[in-house]
Amino acid sequence: MSTESITWPSATAGSRSFVDTLHEWVTTVDHKRLGLLYIAYALVFLLIGGIEAIVIRIQLIRPHNDFVSPQVFNRMFTMHGTTMIFFVVMPVLFGFANYLIPLMIGARDMAFPRLNAFSFWMTAFGGLLLYFSLVGANGLYGAGNAPDVGWFAYAPLTSQTFSLGHSTDFWTLALLVSGVGSVGTAINIIATILCMRCPGMTLAKMPLFAWLNLVMAGLVILAVSPLTAAQIMLLVDRYLGGHFFDTQAGGSAVIWMHFFWIFGHPEVYVLVLPAFAFASEIIPVFSRKPIFGYPVMVGATVAIGFISMSVWAHHMFTVGMGAAANTFFVISTMAIAVPTGIKIFNWLATMWGGKLEFKTPMLFCVAFLFQFLIAGLTGVMLSAAPFDWQLGNSYFVVAHFHYVIVGGILFTLFGAFYYWFPKMSGKMYSETLGQLHFWIFFIGFHLTFDFMHIPGLLGMPRRIYTYEPGRGWDMWNLIVTIGVFFQAAGILVFLVNLLWSYYRGKPAGSDPWDAWTLEWSTPSPPPAYNFALIPTVESRRPLWDLKHPDDPDWKYE
Amino acid sequence: MSATLNATALTLPAQELAWKPPSRGRVGMYALIAAESAIFTIFVVAYLFYIGKSLSGPMPREVLSPPIFYTICLLSSSLTIHFATKTLRGGRVRSFGAWLLLTIALGAIFLYGTASEWHRLIYQDGLTISTNLFGTTYFSLVGLHGFHVIVGLVGLCIVMAFTLSGLVKQEYAERVEVLSMYWHFVDAVWIVVFTVVYVIGR
Repeated sequence: MSTESITWPSATAGSRSFVDTLHEWVTTVDHKRLGLLYIAYALVFLLIGGIEAIVIRIQLIRPHNDFVSPQVFNRMFTMHGTTMIFFVVMPVLFGFANYLIPLMIGARDMAFPRLNAFSFWMTAFGGLLLYFSLVGANGLYGAGNAPDVGWFAYAPLTSQTFSLGHSTDFWTLALLVSGVGSVGTAINIIATILCMRCPGMTLAKMPLFAWLNLVMAGLVILAVSPLTAAQIMLLVDRYLGGHFFDTQAGGSAVIWMHFFWIFGHPEVYVLVLPAFAFASEIIPVFSRKPIFGYPVMVGATVAIGFISMSVWAHHMFTVGMGAAANTFFVISTMAIAVPTGIKIFNWLATMWGGKLEFKTPMLFCVAFLFQFLIAGLTGVMLSAAPFDWQLGNSYFVVAHFHYVIVGGILFTLFGAFYYWFPKMSGKMYSETLGQLHFWIFFIGFHLTFDFMHIPGLLGMPRRIYTYEPGRGWDMWNLIVTIGVFFQAAGILVFLVNLLWSYYRGKPAGSDPWDAWTLEWSTPSPPPAYNFALIPTVESRRPLWDLKHPDDPDWKYE
Repeated sequence: MSATLNATALTLPAQELAWKPPSRGRVGMYALIAAESAIFTIFVVAYLFYIGKSLSGPMPREVLSPPIFYTICLLSSSLTIHFATKTLRGGRVRSFGAWLLLTIALGAIFLYGTASEWHRLIYQDGLTISTNLFGTTYFSLVGLHGFHVIVGLVGLCIVMAFTLSGLVKQEYAERVEVLSMYWHFVDAVWIVVFTVVYVIGR
């Protein structure tokens, strides 16, 4: 089908000057290059956000520590949260979506290639704007540089009275700008999946990756836009003297919390649905079985999309919303565990009786299953309002959501890096380094985030600068910080693996995993036009049909 | 001639004939409208939440009167752009230009209405965005809508410029229809804003 290639002028032009290459990448509208730009950009911010995390943990390694000043500590946790959510996880997921969706649905590019480039550069400049606050935000007040209001920036901390200088403005504008980019990408993903599928690929025959990203894009549209609206209101308050969140003039600080979490909770699902997408592609291939319960997986995904829009105020149980609102959000939060649980059972059933191959991508996905289950269980614990009154804003909450974001999302993300690295680079990664990365990072993750639950249960609040000795927190904080260095070492092994394999790796060939989705029918790396001939598909596993003409899938679907 | 065409079509595989994915322009515009609706929803919720919570005057009942005439102008511009796209589908480019011009004029009259209301509020009634909660929510919500009217008008004016230079042809009707979807959205939002600000909020 598409394995034959045609001559492409720029691919055969030989070596070009650095400026030409740079110009080509900056002006590109190719979905694969933009995808790689997203991923590279996110990796840079991953290092920055990681260094901020290390600073936070060194400060907390023992009682009465003064590694950094309290002001710098506030900036560190604010920048760490904002960077990791908006400038690491979202861009890297958009990068994979950009790169893989057209290849998986048999298209030559996204629906709107120029909108795609626009969205990437908006996100990129949003991140640069956030970090420009380090030099630009001092203003005339000398009030400090980087934002220090926490990643959810509760009012009235963000008002002119309490946040002098421009640090909060940089935070607001960075999120506003990158939010426009995110919505642009989401529109593009929806239009691509609905309108660019190759002949035969009905919605029921799309890879689950496309389904999950479709729901993710819908959530971005419905969740990031309220954040944009709230940021506009905050700018009106700060620059035009408005009173949206000004309690002195009758405004409400609580409504900011509502607006932020109407964004903030669906955002968690924006981040985790692509992680589910990676797992749904990787687990079947390394179990040598088709995914178990495809229609149920799609149904559960759509159910998660709907329910996730109605759970936001479980972040606000400690505000005092009244019994009726508390009850509603307790029930809806517990309800969302049901479709998520269905997914976990489906992945387990996919592995059940399969010929499991524990290559690096599969290792990360199996760890994800186990860790995401625990993250979900602590989530159900916190969804009970009385339990949350006790532990809200404690390190237990911090441990819970890092279990989701690191143990769930980052682990599948590493799996995805290893799984699609051969396709993107044309080279095979080093399996030894990959396994080393997995085990070091796995140990580090569990040292840090397992033991982080305990000081939370013992009453340690999040975001405290330092603490008194003798409260039983000392040893746990020490272990947590030691784990961080294991994780950092794991990330270093990962980066070394990427670079070493890119230059020294063995050629991967077009289909190193004997996989079944369309991206593996193209050469590695795929040419600019993706498919010389637009393929026609008849089942969910078109490459299986091609490799096994005697026993194709479409007979059974 | 038509017989040959039919004969060719019959040789195509049945599947390819049936394969008609939706237009990406329309899907993209629907997605954009969904995102914009979410933004407006938040502003509308804030407006409703803050009704009657201002600590000082002026209050809505003292200074606001429903802009009936300008509302009729904006809503009828939905009708005129509908006729514009319909005539373009039929290939009558000149009458398309006329309907489009009428649409732009109606949109501009509406904007003038908003501007004169704001001028009166600011200079006669002393209501600015920083006066009280009513001022903050009123100018934000109506201003956000006015901004969308301006964006829509810029789009329509670009199409008008293309029409005058003879670049708009029948086969581009689909694209103009995508733009008209945005204009219908701007009009529909005004119904919500009007209800919230001039009916519920007074």
